[in-house]
Parts: sequence; C-alpha cells; structure tokens
Amino acid sequence: MFYREAGDFKVSYADDSQTFPIKFDRYRYYVVLAVAFGLIPFLINDYWANAILLPFLIYSIAAIGLNILVGYCGQVSLGTGGFMAVGAYACYKLMTAFPEVSMFIHVILAGGITAFVCVLFGLPSLRIKGFYLAVATLAAQFFLVWLFNRVPWFYNYSASGQINAPERDTFGIIITGPNAPAWATYLFCLIFLTVCALVARNLTRGTVGRTWMAIRDMDIAAEIIGVNPLKAKLTAFAVSGFFIGISGALFFAVYLGAVEVGEAFGIQKSFLVLFMVILGGLGSIFGSFAGAAFLVLLPVILKVVGVDLLNWPTDIVAHFQLVIVGALIIVFLIAEPHGMAQLWRVAKEKLRLWPFPH
Amino acid sequence: MKKTLTTLALGAAMAAGPAMADLVFPDLSYRTGPYAAGGIPFSDGYNDYFTLLNERDGGIGGVKAKVIECETGYNTEKGVECYESTKGQGALIYQPLSTGITYQLIPKVTADNIPLHTMGYGRTSAANGEVFSHVFNYPANYWNGASGVVNYLLESNGGDISGKKIALVYHNSAYGKEPIRTLEELSKKHGFELVALPVDHPGQEQKSQWLQIRRDRPDYVVMWGWGVMNQVAIQEAANIRFPMENFIGVWWSGAEHDVMPAGDKADGYKAVTFHNVGRDFPVFDDIQKYVVDAGKAAGAGDQVGNVLYNRGMYAAMLAAEAAKTAQEIHGTADITPAMMRDGMEALVIDEAKMAALGMPNFGPSFNVSCENHGGPGLVGVTQWDAESKTWSLISDFKPSDTEVIGKLVEEDSAAYASENNIEPGCK
Repeated sequence: MFYREAGDFKVSYADDSQTFPIKFDRYRYYVVLAVAFGLIPFLINDYWANAILLPFLIYSIAAIGLNILVGYCGQVSLGTGGFMAVGAYACYKLMTAFPEVSMFIHVILAGGITAFVCVLFGLPSLRIKGFYLAVATLAAQFFLVWLFNRVPWFYNYSASGQINAPERDTFGIIITGPNAPAWATYLFCLIFLTVCALVARNLTRGTVGRTWMAIRDMDIAAEIIGVNPLKAKLTAFAVSGFFIGISGALFFAVYLGAVEVGEAFGIQKSFLVLFMVILGGLGSIFGSFAGAAFLVLLPVILKVVGVDLLNWPTDIVAHFQLVIVGALIIVFLIAEPHGMAQLWRVAKEKLRLWPFPH
Repeated sequence: MKKTLTTLALGAAMAAGPAMADLVFPDLSYRTGPYAAGGIPFSDGYNDYFTLLNERDGGIGGVKAKVIECETGYNTEKGVECYESTKGQGALIYQPLSTGITYQLIPKVTADNIPLHTMGYGRTSAANGEVFSHVFNYPANYWNGASGVVNYLLESNGGDISGKKIALVYHNSAYGKEPIRTLEELSKKHGFELVALPVDHPGQEQKSQWLQIRRDRPDYVVMWGWGVMNQVAIQEAANIRFPMENFIGVWWSGAEHDVMPAGDKADGYKAVTFHNVGRDFPVFDDIQKYVVDAGKAAGAGDQVGNVLYNRGMYAAMLAAEAAKTAQEIHGTADITPAMMRDGMEALVIDEAKMAALGMPNFGPSFNVSCENHGGPGLVGVTQWDAESKTWSLISDFKPSDTEVIGKLVEEDSAAYASENNIEPGCK
C-alpha cells in the first residue's frame, strides 16, 4: 500500500537513477541514518559498542570489500584475514611513526597500502580462475600472517610479538585506547562504513561495476565486447583491498586495541567474512550488512538466550552455535543461494503488490 | 574515565538502584575448542572453591560469592565481549586464563578501575606495580618459570651448562614468545645455546619441529605449550625417542591430560610449577563433602585434584583472600572493584593462613606490595609417573634469577609506561 512507485513522479534523469527509487525505501534509509547518527550515540554504552555495534560496523566494511571481489567481480578470495592484517599493521606502523596525525588519515592510508598489497596478490587472477585463484589467495593469507609473525619490524620489536594501539585522537576526540568514549569509537566506525557503503553502491551501479559484473558472468564474452580484464580485475582487487584494509585497521585500532596476528587474522577470519558474504548474499551491498549483522549477533543472542535466560552450561551453548551456523550455511546454500538479500528482494516485490497480489 | 553522552542520566538511575548483593567473580572460561582440555579443570576448580565458600562458610565475610561463567573459547574477541557483558554486573576481579585476552584487558581494566589477576601468565612485566596499577601476576610469572627451568638444569648438571644445547618448543603467540627474552639473557649468562622452534595455533602439526629436534639433538627440550599442542608434542617426543627426563614443560604444559595420551612413553616427563600437586590436602575433603557429593560441582566432578583443577582452586583462594583483606581494610563486607584492588595490593599469604584454609604447604608465603605485584617467583619441578598416573614434586620451590628478571621487568615496564604516558609511582 505504501511501498510502490505509483504517484512518485520522476522529472529528471538524476531522480530516475537514484539509489532508492521508491519513496518508502528512501525515507526508511533516511530514518536509519538519522537513528544511527543522531540517536544511538546518545544511548550507547561500552557493552553495546564493544560487543555488538563495533564488530558489526567493522565486519560490514570487510564484507562489502569481499563482496566487491567475490560477489561483483567473481574472483574467489580466501585471503581476507591476511589483507585485514595488512590494514592493521599498516595502521599500527603509521600510528606509532606519526602520533600527531589524525586517525582518519591513518585509517585511509592503511586502506591504500592494503589496496596495493591486494593488487599484488591479485595479479595471478589474470591467468587463473576459480579454485586455483582461491588457492593463490589462500597462499597470500598464510604468507602475510607468517610475515607479520616473522619480521619484528612490523611489531616494533615488542617482546610478545603483539601490536598495541596507543591512544590517538582526531579533532581532539580520543578514538583509540582504553579511554576512548564508546560514542566516539562508534561514530568513527560509522562514518567509515557510511562512506564505504555509498562509494561501493555507486561504484557497482556505474561503469566500473558493470565491467566487474561482465567479467564475473563470462570473462571471454566481456573481453570480446571491449572490457579490459586486466583493468577490471585489478580495480576490483584494489577497491576490495582498500575496504578490507580499512576494516582491518579499525578492527585493530578501534575495536580490539591489541592484536596477535595468528589469532585475530588467521584463516578462520577469512572464512568468517566469506560466510557473511555467502549468507548475506553475493553481489549485494545490503547482503553484506545482513550477513555481518547475522554472524555478529547470532552468538550474542544465543548466549543471552541460552546462558542468561535458560541457564544452560556455557559449553553447550558454544557448541550449539557451531551447529546452528553450520546448519544455516547448508540450508542457505540449498534453499536460497542468493542469501538473505534475496529474501529481502522477494519481500520487497511482494510488498509492492500488497494487498492486491493479482 | 569513560563517559557516555548520557552518563549523568545513567549515573542518577544507577545511584537510585539497589546495592549489589553478591560479590561477583566472573569466570572467563573455555570449555570448547582446542584449549578446552586445560580450560575445563581450571574453571571447575575456580567455581568449586567459591561454591565451597558459599556452602561451608556462607560466603566471604558473610556475603555470598557469585561466579558468572562466560565462554571465551580462548578467543580474544569473545573475551572482550565477556568482559564488557560482565563488568556492569559488579565484577570484582578478572582472571581470563589467556595471555592474548590479558593483553586486551590490561588497558581496559586500568581505565575501568577493576583489578586483573594473571597468575602465572599474561604480561610478565606487570610484576612492576608502579606501572601496572591494576594488574597482578603473583605468585610467579613466565620469566620466573624460564629461570626456574634453567636453574633446575644447572642444578642437575653440577652448576655448569655451558655448551649445552636447549631447544624451546613454543606456541607461536604472545604466550609462547614471552620467555624467549629471558632465555636469551640466561643463555648469554650461562653459555648454553638456545634454539627456538615455533608451533602455530592450535599445534596439532609439529612434525617438522620434531624432525629438527631429531636432527639437531639438543640436550634438553623446554616447552611453552597449551591445549592440544602439549599432547601432540609429548607424543612426538616419544615417537623420536627423545629422553623424557630431558623434556621440561612450563606449568601450562604439565597436567594429567597432557601426558595421558602418550601412555607409558610419557613416563619421566617434567614440568615446572608454582604450587603443589596431588589430592592430599584437607581442603579437598571439604570440596568432596560440600560440593561434589552435594551435586553442586561446576563440571562433572571428576577433575578434583588434577594439576589444573588445583591451580584454578588456588586462583580462587587467592581472590577470596584478597576480598577478605579488602573487607578488613575498608570495614565493609560489600566491597567494590576499587576496594578489591587495595585488598590485592595488601594481600599477605603465610603458612598459618594456608594451613587454616586446608592447604598446608600448597603454595609459597608472600606479601604483595605496590612495588611488587609479582610475588616471590618460587619455582618447583614436578615429574610424571606413568605407572601410578601421578605428578610428584621432585625439586622443592626455589627462587629464580631475580637479577636477570628484575632488569628485564624494569626495561619492559618502562617501555609500556612511555608508550602509554604512565607516570610510574605508588599512589
């Protein structure tokens, strides 16, 4: 009844090609932004920030990055953890080398460095595809973790081999370290997520995104119609690396504060982000959000329900979580390969016709 | 202090709320994953001791102790989630049983004014209380352990180990890397050769490391392992027929479940320890009577008397004693985390107190002070007897090389202080 194009007249090309062509969608989007920027910072506390919102925001950025590579360009990557580690270590080296520079600049530079590294490891994608490329990126994952463990320069020769985020600020507001207020860390990550999502959304709607999708759907056909595979694949690796680097930098500096490369950025992180993308929906920005939210919230909800409400033993709940996530992945792959984004799309189609579907 | 934008409103709401009724001791445990074998007995011991206090003594100073268990899976992200979700419930002290989570929590607890006790793990230089105001690692730390191993080797070689080759098999993480610095210093001092062999998480794959040991033929192998890594290493050592009496683990690599899988071949394996082993202490009779037989045990009740169960119980005992001390200092039974910190810093453990608790000669006597959060650092050596399936103490608790360790603690804590703009000193 409310959710339809009828009556919403587009009078310019800009109106016609906007992200949310339906009025209801558009207002919903403004409301989400208003709540995220205007309301949550006033209500947030340490628990909500550190246990739920920060991981959600940061994993969303990582999932968008991986979705560009896997979902839009069709290049399978298992190196997400390693690339996040590049972002984290780049951010750490920048933070310690230039303490007076704003965190915004550090995080963006860390993303840039990761984009560069990601392009380097993306070079094999010009010759190999599918499983073979997955194995090549898997090598990147193991190589990068090994590198950050092995070369003491990366962790400033600290005895434990860990990196610790010192206290840094932006515009005089502390962003990293234990004294950073919850609302500041939340807003900092939210700004990055909003910008990243806008950039990703518009990139995928434009020429660049269309060349990516052409490569994904059939690379030989794309080449014949004039898409340059070198440029398309490497831009996908670069943009994806940039986002993943930002998420890695935020993950280390803002969220955890201290990181051990093998534990925080191991192969399980690569799979976690890949599961987010698969569950959320390949080739969908909304899917990246849905997948990240789902895999961040599920353990917390299970814990609250199982341990706090039902008083089950903690180990049973932890095991249940593994069972449920595993089962859901199988169910989604069989029943809805396009992920939660497809469910959302179907719901929207139904809404458009509601209440008179025929 | 951290402030939300609505702190004022929240503060008013909290002030109006009722006072906390229980003394809350969060237990960041791990009963799942590759480290569960060590996490389960420790957590059982920790829980059972507080249950015993509640059942037998009616709590601590008349106030019931409440243990909130939170599963971390030895994972730092989950550890942070556990910390954030429990700290609002009046948590008095954190004992995460993970060096990785400890590194996360050190700055957080200092900002939140909650003490952190990392008994025999964590950041070693936290022994310097002038820099680490809220972190305690009494009665012993990793560097005491490393020095204890070397001292034991010195002792068994008539005071001279120059020219010997010692291999360190370590968990490739902050935990496993911790002793390297001390061992390097000690190798310079005593003239032995150190070979460091990292094993990656979780440690099931160690063929190449043990192949290298087989080729290099070190005189001794020292292990800094945890979880499934220990069992694999001991099995691998047995496979290459490395003499078990020359294989020494740190205290996290010396429990029953580590040696059992290798069966008779593990006979003679050694591990250092900072507390006593076995079941021959009166406190276990009470635990059996009030907790296990009453069906109130945290786990299956089958871990009582195991090395790590004892350690968990010891950790709980030290926390409970610190809470009692805090109650005495501040004259109130309902203590806050800040008072708990004062209690820990004024903690006195002597033989009379231990005997009264049913743990005579269980651990060292020591006094904590603001300058020294690390305790005396006495290290004993235990050996596994595969036939009787028991650990027994073969070398009594002896001091470690405080000269070398003291300098390293000073150095590392000064680095931390300058990184984080901390003015060292006692308030």
